[in-house]
Order: sequence, then structure tokens, then C-alpha cells
Amino acid sequence: MKSQVRTQNLTRWAALAALAVLVGGAAVWAQGNVQLTGAGATFPNPVYTKWFDAYHQSNPGVQINYQSQGSGAGIRQVTEGTVDFGASDGPMTDEQQKAYRDKNGHDILHFPTVLGADVPTYNIPGVTAELNFTPQALAGIFLGKITRWNDPAIKSANPNVNLPANEIVVVHRSDGSGTTYIWTDYLSKVSDEWRTKVGKGTSVNWPVGLGGKGNEGVSGLVKQTPNAVGYVELIYAVQNKMSYGKVQNAAGKFIAASLKTVTSAAAGAAKAMPEDFRVSITNAPGPDAYPISSFTWLLVPSRISNPQKKKALVDFLNWMVGPGQKLAEPLEYAALPKEVVAMEKKAFSKIQ
Amino acid sequence: MRDSWRKFVNVTMLSVTGLCTLLAASILFFILGYLAWKGGSLISWDFLTKLPKPVGETGGGMANAILGSAKLLLLASLVGVPIGFLGGLYLAEFGGKTFSFMVRYATDLLNGVPSIVMGVFAYTLIVLPMKHFSTFAGGIALGVMMIPIAVRSSEEFLRTVPKSLRDASLALGASKWKTIAFVVIPAALPGIMTGIMLDLARVAGETAPLLFTAFGNQFWSPGWMQPTASLPQMIFRYAISAYDDWHQQAWAAGLVLLMLVLATNIVARWVLRKRMRLMRA
Amino acid sequence: MSTHPITQKRAPGPGRARVFLRRLREGDQVAHLVTFIFASAILLLSVLLFYELYRNSHLSRERYGWQFFYMSTWDPVFENFGALPFVYGTLVTSALALLLAVPGGVGAAIFLAELAPRRVSDVMTFLIELLAAVPSVVYGLLGIFILVPLLRTQVQPLLKEHLGFLPFFQGPIYGVGLLAAGALLAIMVVPFIISISREVLLAVPQRQREAALALGATRWEMTMKVVLPYAKKGIFGSIFLALARALGETMAVTMVIGNTPQINASLFAPGYSVAAVIANEFTEATSDLYISALIELGLVLFLLTILVNAVARLLILATGQGEARA
Repeated sequence: MKSQVRTQNLTRWAALAALAVLVGGAAVWAQGNVQLTGAGATFPNPVYTKWFDAYHQSNPGVQINYQSQGSGAGIRQVTEGTVDFGASDGPMTDEQQKAYRDKNGHDILHFPTVLGADVPTYNIPGVTAELNFTPQALAGIFLGKITRWNDPAIKSANPNVNLPANEIVVVHRSDGSGTTYIWTDYLSKVSDEWRTKVGKGTSVNWPVGLGGKGNEGVSGLVKQTPNAVGYVELIYAVQNKMSYGKVQNAAGKFIAASLKTVTSAAAGAAKAMPEDFRVSITNAPGPDAYPISSFTWLLVPSRISNPQKKKALVDFLNWMVGPGQKLAEPLEYAALPKEVVAMEKKAFSKIQ
Repeated sequence: MRDSWRKFVNVTMLSVTGLCTLLAASILFFILGYLAWKGGSLISWDFLTKLPKPVGETGGGMANAILGSAKLLLLASLVGVPIGFLGGLYLAEFGGKTFSFMVRYATDLLNGVPSIVMGVFAYTLIVLPMKHFSTFAGGIALGVMMIPIAVRSSEEFLRTVPKSLRDASLALGASKWKTIAFVVIPAALPGIMTGIMLDLARVAGETAPLLFTAFGNQFWSPGWMQPTASLPQMIFRYAISAYDDWHQQAWAAGLVLLMLVLATNIVARWVLRKRMRLMRA
Repeated sequence: MSTHPITQKRAPGPGRARVFLRRLREGDQVAHLVTFIFASAILLLSVLLFYELYRNSHLSRERYGWQFFYMSTWDPVFENFGALPFVYGTLVTSALALLLAVPGGVGAAIFLAELAPRRVSDVMTFLIELLAAVPSVVYGLLGIFILVPLLRTQVQPLLKEHLGFLPFFQGPIYGVGLLAAGALLAIMVVPFIISISREVLLAVPQRQREAALALGATRWEMTMKVVLPYAKKGIFGSIFLALARALGETMAVTMVIGNTPQINASLFAPGYSVAAVIANEFTEATSDLYISALIELGLVLFLLTILVNAVARLLILATGQGEARA
């Protein structure tokens, strides 16, 4: 008898709980939101989440849910159609664009959003100085050929730093990443051995190193592992107060990544921007250019069937090249050059 | 001489086993204590009701993850409980020999599926055709994971209902289905429900199946067809990051999740033990 | 004609359909049908699962055949996929987990079944079983922030110093790696071993123990020479169950294993497991062959855990047929 009453009570509570959750879920629904889903690069994640948050504050009817899972995921998921837009710092290759076209019947468009930089970040016990890295040193470290911090290739560029004889722990991305694309694109340009042995891509067969998931994972690993070196987007090193080094550019100078030097790298490309916006600015010419800079792109389908979503996305894109750009600088992302913005605004009409 | 050696071995080895036990039992307290120490300070009304902040900003909470997990579990039980319970009922009351064997085998199979494979399954079956990550897909994945244990515990508890009870009901003229519905099931229900609660607690902590189904969301997830954040997924994301603030939030979320799971387990298992003792007596 | 199912005569031919429909109106048959449908749903789901995995991995199966299992490159750029590093990582971490968990686990089970007073035993078992309920991410959390630094700063240097001549303890020390994953898995599976072994030991008939004691054995000797051999099958069953759990574990492993597809004799080296690589690379596998290879890995893992679970079940059911060694 008692168990029957207890069962009845339990059932009542369970039903009440279920009702509460259902109502809660529905209530949030009833706001009449437009929900956009995007996936992709972790490289611009700090500025993207800031943008989507700020945009939602000023446009409460629009929620843009962005999950940073790596550029590879952005490309894949937008091709599969499971997300409304993707994001990548490695532009889609011709094969990937063709695959998109074959699967969806229309084209995929690239829209640059900001400029950022990959920096070599390291955690060497006892070394707080800003190290200088030559292209050969970086290639050698990531190829596994340079194994100790006091190797001549590194020491020669840093004569005043007391580098220990510790073994270098290389950290790279374990997921498909545009940040990796930028890094390997650069290494392929400056090292023949890298180009033939490993190549460039969002996911490569790394000769050495530990894998971290996302820019967050790599910075986490480097921060927690002594003698580690990894490559992350500039803001991740800055926000986590990690040391990062200067890289020698094509003109021979050691340059630290900053708004100024990244903008300088994009200057040449801005004037010669191709129509589809796919361009690489690594190892750019110019005395002040930071050699491992890159645009990062939103991948937007050229045809969006849902008119509400289309309007929301186009409105956002217009906001992005306008007020959005101002939010980028405090986060150490360089704003787009004026010429690029003008070109983009015209290109938004391509979204049907 | 030989005897004193044997006695020595006896005492030593038995103490070693005692030590092993102490170690094993203390791990739980260690885990709880550490989580409480690291994350306890962050648990506040803010944490439980606010949305996460953009990357790099401090503050914010996990309210959407908590609601997301609740919605996922609700959906999971809508799938897992009916199939599990009625499947177990079939095996206990109606089963034909070969068919029952096949069903049991299938249940075992489902039980052995690694959680990540279940996520892949739900992705190919639901997310791809729907072209959409959603709470729905995540709920289905978790629901299918619930089935085997629901079947097993339903069948077990239905079988423990004494034959005398059934016979009495049949003797009074009730048909088989009435006997089952009004006599057998109510008698087995407390045990079955606690089994299901344990099942729910288990899937509440699963992350892998949600990676490719529920996907994640930094806002509230409206309805059932949009991606949603969930507690385990947030913990994972925040833990592998480099932001100290996020680490703390991961500890706090871990504490919340662990407390909910443990509370459910403690209540359920305590009730079960009492019933088991009653059955054995 | 009565309407009771047993005494009703079967009508031949077209009458059968009428009979079936009439039976449907009776609650018993409805109940039977309904539960039958749900039970078949379970069957259908498992078939569907297997079918989906099989179908979606066909690209990679056709391309590589059996080669898949002994090739060790995992190169998404040049589209070369081999499963060996992941199978290696999965097996090594699971084996390490068992190596660490079984002695301690069985030892604790012995204490709880043979020595501890019933009340104490029940309470401690309760606490240990709760460990099995701790979510995997929480273990991962503890792994990253407690276990890995501990290994990196204390344990691994110690091992390297004293046992560095063994190939297992050579190479650079990262903290993350095969050893970290194995140790974490050990903590995660120990509750299963303890819980089931204890049940199995408790089921050993008291007479066996009394016989040994009567012959002058110490308690320990009684345990080792009589009780354990009797319970051997069940204990092995618990070990296999723990193995199945370790094989499929995803989150905790991916947080501490180092995520590097390589084969290295040293336990200090980072590695990768099947479950971890699927978790990390699935949403972004940019080509169909890539995804197909990942799904094939999933299929392999699935089959492996089924096999291990089946063995476990057989062993646990077969307890009670052991013999004592004189």
C-alpha cells in the first residue's frame, strides 16, 4: 500500500518536472528568434563570440550560435548543410569548393572578416625574453630536426638569451585547423623540406609533437608543459599572458605580431584582392610585415532558402564590416583594409 | 619457523588488501573534496542563471547548459524508458524462446556500443538527413544508450515478483494483461524506477554522443530542433582551454554535475538495497 | 465455442484471420503485441546501428581492405589512413589500466568479501560503486589538472631515473601520454572489478572455506588456494568487463593521452586511441574517404567491445564451477 502511494507521488513529481522543462523549453522558443548556427575556426573565436554577443544585444531577435571546432569542421559542416555558415582561416581549396557545388547545387562564398596572426608561443623555464625565430629555426623545430632550445639555429638569433639545453616539446593541433593551415602555408613557403615532406593543410601528418584541440587546447598545453612551443593566434597568447616570439620576415627583420605589422602584411594584398577573396598573405613583402599573418573568412552559401535567415545573415555581414570592425582592434585583430571592405559590400549581393 | 612465516604473510597480505580498499573508497571523497575546493567558490546564483560570456571575458554562467542537459535527459527518457520498459516486460512475461534470445543478444550489443560510436550513429541517422544539429538528435543518442539498462532492470524486477502474487490474481479471474498491469508492475515499479534513475544519472554525464549531435550553443536553445549546450560538453570545452577563469567554471560545473549524479545514485541505490534485502528475506 | 485462448479450436483457412482479429480485441493479445513491437524495436535498432556503420565505412574498407589494420600512417593531406597507431594506443592504455587496477581491485574485493564485517563491507562497497557513477569528463578534469602534473613532476622522473633502462620509461617527459591515460583508466575501471569480484567471492560456498581452515590453512592461504580458484571465472569476467569499459572510454582519454598518432614503446610518449581520434576529427573530416576511415575505426571498436563483453558475460555466468587447488 505504502509503495503504491510512494509510486504515485514519484510519478506526480516526475510529471511536474517534465512539464516544467517542456514549458521552459517552449517559452524560450516563443520569443520568435531567428537562430543561425555557425561552426569553424578557433583562430577568430574571441572576436566572433564578441561580435555575436554584441550583435545579439543590439538585435535581440537574432541569435547567432557559433561553435569553434576548427576550420576543418567549418568547411565540412557547411558543405553538409548542417550549419548555416562556416568559418575558416584556410580558404577552401578548389576541390573542396567543387565538392560543395556538387553537393548543394550552388557556390560557397568567402567573406574576409578580420586579419590575425599565428605566433610561436613558448614556455621555457627561466626564459622571459622575447625570442627571435628565423624561418629555418621554426621549420627545423617543427620537423623535429632541432630538438633542444640551445641549438645553434635558435641561439644565433638570440645571442643575449640564456637558452637551456632542455628538449623542445612541440605542440600542434589535433583537429582540422585554419591556424594550422596558416602555419603550414608559411612553413611551406620558407622551407622546401617542409613543403615536400609535410605540405600545407588544415590537418597534416606532423613529424613530431603533442596534439591539442583548438587554439584553446594548444595554448593550454603549452602553458602547462615546460619547454613547450606551439603556434596559436595572437590573442590567445596575449589573453593567457604567454610569451611569444618575433619571426624574421621576407625582408630579414625580426618582427613581432601586432595590429600594425599585420595590417602592413595585408597592404599589398588589399590592392590586388581576387574576386573570391581567397588570398594568402604569409611571408608578405615589406619591411614591417609580420610574416605569419592571414585573413580569416566566413563561408556563406550563395543561396539561402530561408528568407529570415538570409536577411539576418546579410544584415550581420553589413554590421560586421562596419561597427564590427571597431570591436576587433581591442582584441588584437587587425581591421580589414578599406579597399577590401568596399569590395565585400558589393559582394554581399551575391547571396541569393 | 615455517608457521611464523605463514602467519606473517597472512597478516601482511590481509593488511595490504585492507589498504587497497581504503584507497579505493577514499578516491570518491578526494574527488568530491577537490571539486568543491576548486569550483565551490564559483557556484552562485549568477553561475546558475547567467549565460556564458564571450571568450576571454570573465564572469558569466552555465544556465543554458543546465537547461540543455535537462531537456536532453527528458528526451532521452521519452525514448529509452518506453522501449526499455516494454521490452523488458516482453522478456519477462511474454517471451518466446528464440525471439527472447535474439532480443537479449541485441540488448547486449547495444550495451557494448562505445558512446562515441553512438554519437556517430546519431549523426549519420538524424543530423545529416535533417541538416541540423539539434537537441532532438542528442536526446535520441542518449535515449538509445539508456535502453539496455532499462531493459535489464525492468526484466529483473518483474521477475522478482513472486509467483504467488500472480497466481492469486489469476485465481480471482483477472486476465493475464490485467494481472500484469495492476498487480505485477506496481509491485516491481519502485525497483524499476530506481533502475531508471540510475540509468538517467549515467547518461547525464555522457559527453561523447553529444559532440556531433547537440553541438553546443552559447545562447538559450529554443525548442527542440536547435543545437544546445550541455553540462558535460561545457566542462570539456572549458577544461581544455587555457583561460584560468574557464578552468574554474569547469570545476564548478563538474561539481554541479557530480552532485546531481551522486545524489541520484545515493537515493536510488539506497532504495534498491532496502528492496533487495526485503526480497532476500 | 469458448473464447478462452487455450480451448478455442483453430479454424482452418480464412477463418484464421477472423480468429486473430478476435483475439486482438482481448487485452492479453494486445499486450503481447505491443510489448513484442517494442522488443523488436530493440532488435531493429541494433541491426540498424551495425548496418549504418558498415555502409558508411565502405569507401575506406574497399580502398584499404585488411591493410587498414597494419598501416601506421594517418595522413589527411595525402589521404593515407592506417588504423595501427590507434589500435595500439587503445590496447596499450587498456592493458596498462588492467595491470594497475586488477591487483588493487581484486585485493580490495578480497578484503570486502572475506575480512570486513558485513556492515563495513556494505558501506565501503556502496562508496566504491558510486565511483562508477562519476562522469567521464570529471575524471578527465582531474586527469588534466592533478594526474598529469603529478606524473610530469614526480612519477615519471622517478621512473626514468630508476627504471630508465627499460624501453617503457625512456624518452622525453610530457606528463600527457600513454601512461597518464592508462593510469586514469585504471581509476575508472577499478570500481567494476571490485564490485563484481566481491559478489563472486561472496558466492563461494562457505563449506569450501571451512574445509581449508579445518586443514590448518591461514586465512590468506585459504583465500589464495581455495576461494580465488573457485571464483576464478567470475573474477576474470569482471576483468573483461573492465576491459570493455576501458576500450570504449573517450573523454577522459582524449584529455590526457596527447593526441598523437604514433607507435612508441615508451609509456611516456603521447599516443592516440580509437575513441579519441573519432571524437577529435569526426566533425571536420573534410573528405569522404577520411570520414569513412573514421567510421571504420568506430566499427572496429564496436566489434572489439562486443567480443570482450560476450566473453565477460560467459565467464561471470559460469562461476560456481571452479575447483580448489590442494
